[in-house]
Amino acid sequence: MNKIVSLICGIIFGIGLVISQMINPEKVLGFLNIFRDWDPSLAFVMIGALVISTPIFHLFKNKNKPMFSSSFSIPVNKEIDKKLIIGSIFFGAGWGLIGLCPGPAITSLALFNVSSAIFVVAMFAGFYIASKVK
Amino acid sequence: MNIINFTPVTALSGGLLIGLSVALFFILNGRMIGISGIASNFIVSKDNRIENFLFLIGLILGPLIYNLITNKEINISISSSLILLIIAGILVGFGTRLSNGCTSGHGISGISRFSIRSIIATMTFMLVGILTVFIKGIV
Repeated sequence: MNKIVSLICGIIFGIGLVISQMINPEKVLGFLNIFRDWDPSLAFVMIGALVISTPIFHLFKNKNKPMFSSSFSIPVNKEIDKKLIIGSIFFGAGWGLIGLCPGPAITSLALFNVSSAIFVVAMFAGFYIASKVK
Repeated sequence: MNIINFTPVTALSGGLLIGLSVALFFILNGRMIGISGIASNFIVSKDNRIENFLFLIGLILGPLIYNLITNKEINISISSSLILLIIAGILVGFGTRLSNGCTSGHGISGISRFSIRSIIATMTFMLVGILTVFIKGIV
């Protein structure tokens, strides 16, 4: 059952990225272009998502177990360390260069865009490198 | 600063769907969605490999199903050189795994949990993103 849930949640997430237009890097770059011509849309995407995910998380986090799995798995790492900051700096730089982050990049593979496909291959290379050096 | 291309209604509606996906995945499967985590675990870890794969397939099916239902074309434009695409892709892949999260994992799931770590990560990558776009505009 949790395999079907994974597929369906992926589809809902993907449609959300299309409707919010976050699949389009120009929209994201518009949000990051705060000092010139600013497009605040991305902030509204986050607000929309948080309005649902926040109350649901806090309502269910103390329940015994999720419906189709044996236990909840919630990140426990609370450390503010160099990895967190340096990783976020690298991510922010790559994000600002093209306007793609992992979700929209993978979702945009559906559009057969050569540039986004090249980006995704490089991103997976980055995942692999990180898994080796961490 | 001028405000341009602002689309609050579609942004909010798409955001609600993203939140719904995160909420359902948590209630039903017990995990908080972070796409960089799901995608990188798919290649480096055997745990939940099929679930992770199906989630990624779902992401790609999303635009196709949207297109089937609404008949609207989805257009994106990426104007960049090959070398910049590769550099940016590696930075995003490496950076999100070093910090254990991206826009979804830290920006949505983490902030939902009121995680200080995620709030700091989100502020950092947004500030650096803003700075990068600013610098790109000068050079």
